[in-house]
Amino acid sequence: MIEFRLPSLGSDMDQGKLLEWHVKPGDAVKRGQIVAVVDTSKAAVDVEIWQEGTIAQLLTQPGETIPVGTVMATLLAAGEVASTMPVTPVPPVAPALGPAQAPAMPGAAPSSVLPALRKPASPAARKRARELDVDIDSVTGTGPHGAITIDDVEKFARSAIAPVPVPAMRTVQSAPAVSVAAARHAEMRKAIAAAMSRSKREIPHYYLSEAVLMRRAVDWLKRENETRPLIERVLMGALQLKAVALTLKRFPELNGYWRDGGFQPSTVIHIGVAISIRQGGLIAPALHDVDCLALPELMRSLADLVKRARAGSLRSSEMSDATVTVTNLGEQGVDTVHGVIYPPQVALIGFGRVAARPWAEDGALRVAPVTIASLAADHRVSDGHRGALFLAALREQLQHPEEL
Amino acid sequence: MKMSYREALREALREAMSADSRVFLMGEDVGRYGGSYAVSKGLLDEFGPDRIRDTPLSELGFVGAGIGAALGGMRPIVEVMTVNFSLLALDQIVNTAALYRHMSAGQFSVPVVIRMASGAGRQIAAQHSHSFENWYASIPGLTVLAPATVDDARGMLGLALADPDPVLIFEHAQLYNLEEELSADKVSEIRSARVRRAGSTVSLITYGGSLPKTMAAAEMLAEEGIDAEVIDLRVLRPLDEATILASVRKCRRAVVIDECWRSGSLAGEIMARIAEQAFYDLDAPLARVCSEEVPMPYARHLEEAALPQPAKIVAAAKAMLGK
Amino acid sequence: MSAEMKSDLIALLKSIAPEVEESGLQADRPLRDQVDLDSMDWLNFLIAVHEHFRVDIPEADYRLLVTLDDLVAYLSRKRTP
Repeated sequence: MIEFRLPSLGSDMDQGKLLEWHVKPGDAVKRGQIVAVVDTSKAAVDVEIWQEGTIAQLLTQPGETIPVGTVMATLLAAGEVASTMPVTPVPPVAPALGPAQAPAMPGAAPSSVLPALRKPASPAARKRARELDVDIDSVTGTGPHGAITIDDVEKFARSAIAPVPVPAMRTVQSAPAVSVAAARHAEMRKAIAAAMSRSKREIPHYYLSEAVLMRRAVDWLKRENETRPLIERVLMGALQLKAVALTLKRFPELNGYWRDGGFQPSTVIHIGVAISIRQGGLIAPALHDVDCLALPELMRSLADLVKRARAGSLRSSEMSDATVTVTNLGEQGVDTVHGVIYPPQVALIGFGRVAARPWAEDGALRVAPVTIASLAADHRVSDGHRGALFLAALREQLQHPEEL
Repeated sequence: MKMSYREALREALREAMSADSRVFLMGEDVGRYGGSYAVSKGLLDEFGPDRIRDTPLSELGFVGAGIGAALGGMRPIVEVMTVNFSLLALDQIVNTAALYRHMSAGQFSVPVVIRMASGAGRQIAAQHSHSFENWYASIPGLTVLAPATVDDARGMLGLALADPDPVLIFEHAQLYNLEEELSADKVSEIRSARVRRAGSTVSLITYGGSLPKTMAAAEMLAEEGIDAEVIDLRVLRPLDEATILASVRKCRRAVVIDECWRSGSLAGEIMARIAEQAFYDLDAPLARVCSEEVPMPYARHLEEAALPQPAKIVAAAKAMLGK
Repeated sequence: MSAEMKSDLIALLKSIAPEVEESGLQADRPLRDQVDLDSMDWLNFLIAVHEHFRVDIPEADYRLLVTLDDLVAYLSRKRTP
């Protein structure tokens, strides 16, 4: 018997409301299949399953609010025979898939590697961490001998959500009832406050910025879009995302997580795209494997992500596995973004507006489109020198839009 | 009505003797001397030498006699001057009183009540300062009480006499002069622990002579913003696990304060039960404040240093909070 | 005709930005000054316009489409052969 538990869809989530099932008993399910829609404090999220089997029983009914880790359904593995024992929803007791363990690559088998050094944590803290789907090793302890206490876990759980100051894109939420929207807004505000406080408390940020000549990128994009039908046009934001992703491949120290007192580089590049919500607040769902996407595909994915964020149908994996964040405040007219890193990530790349500015070139002063790219990075992981090299490489990458 | 712990015990004796002619008190110096802690002062005149009986200095003998009287249908109250001397009567208490019901397949019960003073803090040195409540609390067949308030001193004796099996009552020597308001509601049971001070941050679990120290510690903690709950065990056997566990589950941290030596202490037993049954509720390692593992010193400053004190309890509670 | 076109345009706009109120819109003032639309919103709006009115909108024409009145005029022109 396989248990399907409510996963954490972001480390600020401790419960969710089942909106609907996409499966029924007897259905065969595959890895990555969307099986349910769950309302979190931020959005309605399509929840994927990472096991294969046949749905035996649905234990949670639409409308029910359940803690993270609750067994929502049971599945029969291939060849398993259904037992006739009735089962009731099981509150969380065992570790469920958390943001820490969320499959970076769908289909990857969960590993069972034990941490080399166990951080002291109280039994109650460990239990609560399992309930809240918090990676205990990410929590900072304040108890005796620096042990992690239940309070530390709860504070941590409240403190992790998309931070980024402002968005490249904007989503429109399907207008919910005012009170629901207000409550969600208040929750989101609280979550942002906690995550950003944690970021500024724990992460020694350093900030770099670099003016980037955008003439080639602007011209190239203009030429490209002239030949493309409306629905296939590419926005500068997509171009920038691709440039960041390609550049990051050479700077692994900016892509990954700070966990358990050390840096864990990510082998994949999932960019969290900061999207502000019309009613206020923001969300930073991940675009997966941006470095591997061709630009038109990336643009489609981006448009799709924004659309689904708007329709409230983000997927569970998108909510929890961004390895770096990009924010674009240029649309609002600012020159430079000084970003706040979304823990446990270690870097945030920001873009200001692309504007006509004086530009010295070949001994002459010209007017050219320029944007200021900025990097906020975690000094525990990288240093200013590497950060500067990253921005220089990003600048060069943007001079070759045809490679993107 | 304000009353001392000593007076409360005497009132309880007087009431029990008046209510039931089978009840009598026996022990060293309980009659003419009025009891070494003056608990039975005046009772000899009131009830006469048949019911207030001075005994020779032989704990093995007179505790055995008390057990025999209980087997014969009387309701004896045996006063052993202090727990230190009860060691001489261990065989009677452990092998006879505690086991007769079992050994006789239920034919005999031993409704004896054995009172004894215990504990240190009065500069009476190593041989007169023991706390062996833990020993007795480990023995099936006994009920072990530790009244720590005037109400319990007043109310527990009658309930102990009503019990058909042997009951031991430990009166901490430092409590005799304790004065408290006697509450109107009479103590009605000897099965449960009591929350003496409600709190939410740390459970301070104690009994007997350590209760006033623990209450003082809780006040000191409160001044620092730490909301301690104080549990008075009252009954050391059988332990009221439900009250202990409820408090620990609420506070998630517990310090056990016990004047016994740390090794094999009752505190150790309580901690073990908490670890067995509330492990996942704990938010800090359990802690205990016991007596230092030395023979109790005579010198006042050394004796004070060897015993649980409010400052030690405060320190243990704060350490548990990472402070 | 143009009134109908205008109300269609506002309905499309509302699908992108539900907070828009018709009474608050001035048809002769730049739309993006009055409604909080970023480039993705704008693109989605134009896609919606394209699908609804079945007109093609080359990127070069974006600069012509600033106000609601501009849009109405542009669409009228495009639909009249």
